Amino acid sequence: MNIQFREGTEAASPVTAKTAIADCDIHPARATRTELYPYLAKRWQHHLEVYGVHAYQGMMEGPPYPKAQPNASRRDAYPPEGGPQGSSLSFMQQQLLDPNNVQLGVLNPLNTGQGIRNHELSAALCSAINDWQIDKWTSKDKRLKASIVVGNEDGLSAAAEIRERAGDKNFVQVLLLSRNVEPLGQRRYWPIYQAAEEAGLPVGVHAFGFGGNPITPSGWPSYYIEEMVGHSQCQQSALASLVLEGVFERFPKLKMVMIEAGFGWAPSLAWRLDKVWQRLRSEVPHVKRPPSEYIREQVWWTTQPMEDPERREDLFDVIEWIGWDRLLFATDYPHWDYDEPSRVLPAGVSEANREAFYLGNARKLYGMS
Amino acid sequence: MASLIAGGVDCDVHPAVPHLTSLLPYLSDYWRDQVTTRGMVDLVSQSYPARSPVTARPDWRPDTGKPGERLEDMQRHVLDPFQLSHAICNPLYGVQMVFSEDMQAAFCRALNDWLAKEWLDRDSRLRGSIVIPTQSVEKAVAEIERCAPDRRFVQVLMLVMGDTPLGKRALWPIYEAAERLDLPVGIHAGSAYHNPPTAVGWGSYHIEDYVGQAQAFQTQLTSLIVEGVFAKYPRLKMVMLESGVSWISPFLWRLHKFWRGVRMETPWVDRAPLEIVRSNIRFSLQPFDAPPDQATLIRLFDHMQSDELVLFSTDYPHWQFDGQDALPEGLPPDLVRKIMIDNPHATYPRLT
Repeated sequence: MNIQFREGTEAASPVTAKTAIADCDIHPARATRTELYPYLAKRWQHHLEVYGVHAYQGMMEGPPYPKAQPNASRRDAYPPEGGPQGSSLSFMQQQLLDPNNVQLGVLNPLNTGQGIRNHELSAALCSAINDWQIDKWTSKDKRLKASIVVGNEDGLSAAAEIRERAGDKNFVQVLLLSRNVEPLGQRRYWPIYQAAEEAGLPVGVHAFGFGGNPITPSGWPSYYIEEMVGHSQCQQSALASLVLEGVFERFPKLKMVMIEAGFGWAPSLAWRLDKVWQRLRSEVPHVKRPPSEYIREQVWWTTQPMEDPERREDLFDVIEWIGWDRLLFATDYPHWDYDEPSRVLPAGVSEANREAFYLGNARKLYGMS
Repeated sequence: MASLIAGGVDCDVHPAVPHLTSLLPYLSDYWRDQVTTRGMVDLVSQSYPARSPVTARPDWRPDTGKPGERLEDMQRHVLDPFQLSHAICNPLYGVQMVFSEDMQAAFCRALNDWLAKEWLDRDSRLRGSIVIPTQSVEKAVAEIERCAPDRRFVQVLMLVMGDTPLGKRALWPIYEAAERLDLPVGIHAGSAYHNPPTAVGWGSYHIEDYVGQAQAFQTQLTSLIVEGVFAKYPRLKMVMLESGVSWISPFLWRLHKFWRGVRMETPWVDRAPLEIVRSNIRFSLQPFDAPPDQATLIRLFDHMQSDELVLFSTDYPHWQFDGQDALPEGLPPDLVRKIMIDNPHATYPRLT
């Protein structure tokens, strides 16, 4: 380890201009239920009014595990003009972008067209949300960049949506969720990776989604905390699938971003994959190199929610094992488990690593540098 | 390699049932007839296909039969060379996969009787785990109580992937019986395959199932802790067997953070998850899933902030290490003694 400990890094006065950062996980919300209707054909407006959205879980509205806060969001993040948290650009600017000197903010819309059983509706909703991101957000604030949301269970239509948006500078990545009908390495999703690789766009895999599978390999758990902690296990299984199905081998320029599922698990998973691959590689001849090499070269992680050891410097070991060049700072605004930019890294990080963590890695990955 | 010491306890060895017909002498007339009349075949789980390289080390693989089916091999491969005082037998025969609770109960009973007669009776170093029919909690408790008077049974055994998360209240009578009878509950890698083997669905490969065991253990630890098992049964010990160990600390950092954030949802959890793990949960050493360098090893054990979490295991006959290298490189002698002797004895009260 080569961490220099310096005193006084937290002592900056609040009036000092803050160092620029990237926030790689911001959740924009709709102010009203019908805000997407201008982007949807009449047929789908009618469908939503009459039948609603049928996800791969039973609730017509709201999540099966009730959140800890309304909309899983900060109570101080309601915009003054009304609407749910995260639905006002001006309030987002005032509460998040301006005070934290966010130079690049990556939008990851949730509750869109992903994870729903009617795949045509899924494609229509995703296309609508992509138009909406431009109109409401990225065209109005150049710091914000959008994610191409795609109908995840229909690889071909998802690839078509990516090709349609490719080259549009409003978009910096393709967005998937971690829980799908099958593990993400499966062939049905390959057209998405192929299109993303062609377009030179990273694929972000955000925690959440429903694919009809129990959210643990031993059935459905009882509590919201189990779902939340469990996102890291879902992400691990999704990443293991990507490696073992040979997705990284087949798409060597593909870049994947693991979003909002922690990163502390990454070294252990890579070690375990390497050890078992040495024994069982004859089953997966398409995985030509030790799994940890694909992971080291083609995977990034957003930071929030950062693991929180009792001794905070223990986290430095894990970051060293992953690589300081692979972490992307994120707040998860406006969600309740928001990470405050000035507090997440303890003192003792070198200036170069700090800059990479907060801004440099993101600018490079998302082609902004 | 770190120096092994004599008198250690191997907390995870796997005697193999040669075939379903090996259990016939231990089944009632009715079930013997069911097995033969219906042409039932051997219960081999996808978790451990007999010829898979993880299922047996090349030099531990017999010319005929299943790896681990002969006591003489186990003696020659681990009991003698590792100079063990005890080895705890965890049969992985696929009895958990059947769906009938009656059939499962009959097979578990036969398996436990088979273990006592064909293994425990034949080598005084061996101890056993009670395999239970979790399809029926009532029958599981009855099987624990039936076997418990034989003090050579030192543990109750469950799979990490079953029908429900392990913390679920319906299973608590099992934990009540285990605590009352001084039996830790061992949770072993493997699935009943009643649910997809990952939380994101069915993968394609055996290797994927094996890698996924670690994630299954993580979700089960969350379930056991937040449902309040250890608030209700504070003396209960649970041992994660063949779970891997390098994920433990980062997992707990995450669980601890969320518990602090949303503990209002599970107010009965009366201690921090880190404390619960340190007092009630243990992990078997193999497979040791970290790179073979001493600096990393030392950091990993330091992150645990406890020298009591890990119990020695060879995972015989599974292929986790070569030669005598059951201990990862660079463990200090004090820690070796804790792992091989003190921690197992502190965990298993019946181990005398």
